[in-house]
Amino acid sequence: MAVHIAVCMKQVPDPEGPQSSFEIDAQKNRVVPRGLPPVANPYDENALEAAIRIKEAQGARITLLSMGKGLSRAVLLKAMGTGVDDAVLIDADGLEAQELDSYTSARLLAAALRKDDYDLILTGRQASDTNAGQVGLCIAQMLGIPAISVARKVEVSGDRVEVESILPDGFMRVEAPLPALVTVSHEVGELRYPSLLAIKEAKKLPVVSLSIEDLGVETGPGLVVMRSVAAPSRERRCTMVAAESAAVAGEKLADLLIAERVV
Amino acid sequence: MSAISEDKVIILAEVDEGSGLSRLSRELVGVAARLASETGAILEAIVLGSGIEAAARELISLGVRKVFTADHPSLAEYNPDTYQAVLEDQLRESGPLTLLAGHTSLAQDLLPRVAAAFGAGLVTDCVGVETAGGNPVFIKPVFGGNAVARLDVTTPLRMATVRARVSAAPEAATSAEGEVISLEPRGVEPRVRVMESVKEQGSVRLETAGVVVAGGRGIGGGDGFDRLGELADLLGGAVGASRPPCDSGWMPSTSQVGITGKIVAPDLYVAVAISGSSQHLSGMSESVKIVAVNQDADAYIFKVADYGVAGDWKQVIPAVTESLRKHLSS
Repeated sequence: MAVHIAVCMKQVPDPEGPQSSFEIDAQKNRVVPRGLPPVANPYDENALEAAIRIKEAQGARITLLSMGKGLSRAVLLKAMGTGVDDAVLIDADGLEAQELDSYTSARLLAAALRKDDYDLILTGRQASDTNAGQVGLCIAQMLGIPAISVARKVEVSGDRVEVESILPDGFMRVEAPLPALVTVSHEVGELRYPSLLAIKEAKKLPVVSLSIEDLGVETGPGLVVMRSVAAPSRERRCTMVAAESAAVAGEKLADLLIAERVV
Repeated sequence: MSAISEDKVIILAEVDEGSGLSRLSRELVGVAARLASETGAILEAIVLGSGIEAAARELISLGVRKVFTADHPSLAEYNPDTYQAVLEDQLRESGPLTLLAGHTSLAQDLLPRVAAAFGAGLVTDCVGVETAGGNPVFIKPVFGGNAVARLDVTTPLRMATVRARVSAAPEAATSAEGEVISLEPRGVEPRVRVMESVKEQGSVRLETAGVVVAGGRGIGGGDGFDRLGELADLLGGAVGASRPPCDSGWMPSTSQVGITGKIVAPDLYVAVAISGSSQHLSGMSESVKIVAVNQDADAYIFKVADYGVAGDWKQVIPAVTESLRKHLSS
């Protein structure tokens, strides 16, 4: 029987936006993205790409699981058009952003995942807004299944998942019995583009919508709470070195670095 | 004995190849000692591995009075299942405490599991730890480094991973006294099996290099990075890259500097043909001095640099290298 893969996908403000578009609301301790469209978290897209490659290699059913406040249908359809079979959506509109920390998010997603039988759960290595990198591994702990993090390659072989996991100076080959969870890094490769027809067809795919109540998870104040947020202070006064040619500017730069004892 | 258990700060220390304490773990002692003194907490450490007596003694020389060691051949290589069991046994039934680890691949893999098991608040990738009202406040970049958050952890067990160079390592004192307590790891049959570890060619210890010469999309290909390598070699440094050259296969992914790659803070960072995306800046903006070379005079990288040349790097970098070579050989 084909493996059943769940891919968890968060929607985030486009991380490629310029710094000026991430406005700081110091009063409410939050970051307000200005003029940035929601996109699928890029690492979650990599996770979906990994799932599609497994499906191409040996067949699989791919369920997309997404949770958020006011999920963008356009973002969902674009992802679903790449090779997803069905979707589970969790409407978190009733929750405050402060309540949705990594731990609570993982509890809600784990509760949704318990409602079906999955052989393999894939998530991105981290979300591009919180940069926390916790939810995937927390889900595995809550479900009591093995987890492997930061994959650059994911393959299913029989009843096992075989993963190349990234290390600071290389990688390691790791395997675990299914069901298992793997967090995926961008080295897997970018998610393919769906055709316009596939996006249109995706509208017909089965979707299960769940509310927080449906999941039976008590929510409350987060374990990690934002005290304040500020813009990063990393700007410096730059001494520009100019000359009649780029090569001479290079020589002058070297002289300056020597004079100021930088080298 | 007091009825209320005292607050603790526990360092999850890591050993380097060669069994000494890692540089980041030594720095972490500095972070943890300050936090412990500001919050009136007891400072302890835990080390897991095989043949780690030297690392335990080093922790004591740096001022940690009580070091727990899980020293066993089965812990020689990191495995999430075996390491998690040891750490959970140590933290279970403990009173309020803050567990600090380096923001390493080991801690990023291990701590979320433990946090989920205990329902504990975890803050990853901290660039600072402060105190307010006797409690720790964790500082970390969010939104790809476009904002910096100060976070409270509301659970009695607080956990955090801390970046390199947040603190200097304390001076070692050979006369320092302390206690080493060995833990007996419980036999756990790991579900996750490591088949082999592969070192990638050309991978460099970017995190420890004093000089990093990094290239971006504008380098145009692998050959260009050889030019950067000449400058790096001259200065005894390492070559890094922003994300596009790694995605394009010009450089191995182990060379990537940025929020999902290496976090570096060398004495000198030379950013060549790098525009300065937030996710890259978040991995190098703590460098002592930053030099930027970019064709585009309006590139954001110049705003975060100390020295800049707006020009073609193919002209600038060889000229810099030659001038420095003459200076260094004279």
